[in-house]
Amino acid sequence: MATTTIGIDRDTLLWMYKTMVIIRRFEEQSKREADAGKLRGMHSSIGQEAVPVGVCAHLRDDDYVLGTHRSHHHCIAKGLDINQMMAELLGKSTGTNKGKGGTMHIADIDKGMLGANGVVGSNIPVATGVGLSAKVRGTDQVSVVFFGDGAANQGTLHEAMNLAGIWKLPVIFVCENNRYAESTPVEYSVAGESIAARAEGYDMPSVIADGQSVLEMYEIGGEAVARARAGDGPTFIEAQTYRYHGHFGADDPLAYRTQEEEDYYEARDCISTMVSYLLENDVLAQDEIEAIDAAALADVVEATRFADESPFPNDGELTTDVYISYA
Amino acid sequence: MVTETATRNLSYIQAINEALRQEMSRDPAVIVMGEDVAGGAGREDQGIIDSWGGPMRLTKGLITEFGADRVRDTPISEAGFIGAGVGAAATGLRPVVELMYVSFFGVCADQITNNAAKMRYMFGGKITLPLTIMTGMGAGLNTAAQHSETLYSIFTHFPGLKGVVPSDPYTAKGLMISAIRDDDPVILFNNRQLMGISANVHVPEEAYEFPIGKARILREGDDVTLVGIGYTTYIADQAAGLLADDGISAEVIDLLSTSPMDEETILESVQRTRKVVIVDEDYPRCSVASDISALVAEQAFDYLDAPPVRVNPPHTSVPYSRPLEALYMPTPDKVIDAVNEVMG
Repeated sequence: MATTTIGIDRDTLLWMYKTMVIIRRFEEQSKREADAGKLRGMHSSIGQEAVPVGVCAHLRDDDYVLGTHRSHHHCIAKGLDINQMMAELLGKSTGTNKGKGGTMHIADIDKGMLGANGVVGSNIPVATGVGLSAKVRGTDQVSVVFFGDGAANQGTLHEAMNLAGIWKLPVIFVCENNRYAESTPVEYSVAGESIAARAEGYDMPSVIADGQSVLEMYEIGGEAVARARAGDGPTFIEAQTYRYHGHFGADDPLAYRTQEEEDYYEARDCISTMVSYLLENDVLAQDEIEAIDAAALADVVEATRFADESPFPNDGELTTDVYISYA
Repeated sequence: MVTETATRNLSYIQAINEALRQEMSRDPAVIVMGEDVAGGAGREDQGIIDSWGGPMRLTKGLITEFGADRVRDTPISEAGFIGAGVGAAATGLRPVVELMYVSFFGVCADQITNNAAKMRYMFGGKITLPLTIMTGMGAGLNTAAQHSETLYSIFTHFPGLKGVVPSDPYTAKGLMISAIRDDDPVILFNNRQLMGISANVHVPEEAYEFPIGKARILREGDDVTLVGIGYTTYIADQAAGLLADDGISAEVIDLLSTSPMDEETILESVQRTRKVVIVDEDYPRCSVASDISALVAEQAFDYLDAPPVRVNPPHTSVPYSRPLEALYMPTPDKVIDAVNEVMG
């Protein structure tokens, strides 16, 4: 396999680039659908694509990922079908969750996506249990939980880190620090020098990563996954990143942050910096980049068509899945 | 002599906001805490202040009027800040703490059910706990199972907690003020759909209380009693309007308080109409509706022409998909079907 100057094979680089672009196009379309009134409460992940892509590049289908209210990028990075995802956003029966969960609850067990979750910090203990399960069953599966800087202040994170620490579980805690819990800045809400520093109290290896660099996320994610697979316990990654849009799409982020700050992060955009890297290192030519971009857009157009043309669930679905069997 | 002729309309959100403002002006012990109750916290030096004013905009403008000492944005730490509200209430403050959505109560349930509800009792009545928790709830807005529940019933189960569910801007303002002034912990449940409905009701400018534990008769009638709770009062009243067109006279009781509950008003009405339909958006099992049904069956059985009928959603989580969610909701049509059932 061709290997580049930094030791990442070409196929992996291409997968990471293509996946980030698909996420970006998917999220742009999701926002259009929300703006058109076809769904509500869409939390855009634009700007944060590199974080799950770099980590999930090391994962197998039988590894698990757990997410947040803002999880479309986690789902795509974990390999979920975007046709089914878009159908879920529109509440259609062909969606990942049969239309019953929606944008904040996308799950696909076969792909190792154990669910986005609408309650901040709620999934972190669950991910710890997934790691416990792998350990007890004697597999080398890995559990990765993504959460935001807001969740860093929930008790659930601290309890889960302690459990993962004492039991040496194969759990990777990935904090996507996008600097804002809704409108609340991280420097106001987090005591201490960093979120990553909190892991030290649990004797857990921790690192602050540039979440705008998919190559750095790949490197750091690789070390964490290797540690977990080898049975050497959990890792805490604080990925410093930025969400370009507001908290849920309808809010104006300039009400609580500056244009200057937005410009700073957008100048370090994870996709455009990756394009520069690919071109400068002769991994891809300009026309190949354009071909990948065009293919990604076509995939999202097709996903939208699929979702639009899919039927809503039957009325009977209202009361199914409450229990295994419910008359 | 001043004759008040003009109706002073406020939105539900404005009514809550006005109540908070008036109580904060009246009593320096009143503070407000919660996620993004101001927004953009800590950036006053950059000219950023009050960028949100709360997730539902209920607290807009409070920080500019009362300052960051009394209007505190919190980290997303519900167990921490609801618990802090309990401690502050036990030691001289009257905190109003916002729990963004009632579905998040599980994160801080211990603070509500083991501390707020029980401390006065366990301590032999030696403390008061003037804590107000206000929280958003309600389905119908396409926000799926974890952001759409209507969970007042579960809190009614716990002695020591009071629960109020306003149904329009008038009751919202009065109950908010009563909750703040009450020396027991009160949870005020704000239905999100009511925030978007323009109700043509008069909201007096001066501060006023609406008594906790009292229902009101919103519409008088003789043939059947409809009991609504918050948003379902609006639904029940719509149904009553349609029933009137068919010559059926429905009385609408606006419950307003789930705990303590105004049993007298319900029983008095049912003894007259001899039939009752209870409309409740909470899950059907162990609900306020089932509690009222039991009350009527136990204490007014001899007056009843038909068994009580409840209109609740089915026993299922709130679905995301809009057609399913529409099926889930209590509607005027479902109320009318229930009325036809009790009318025989």
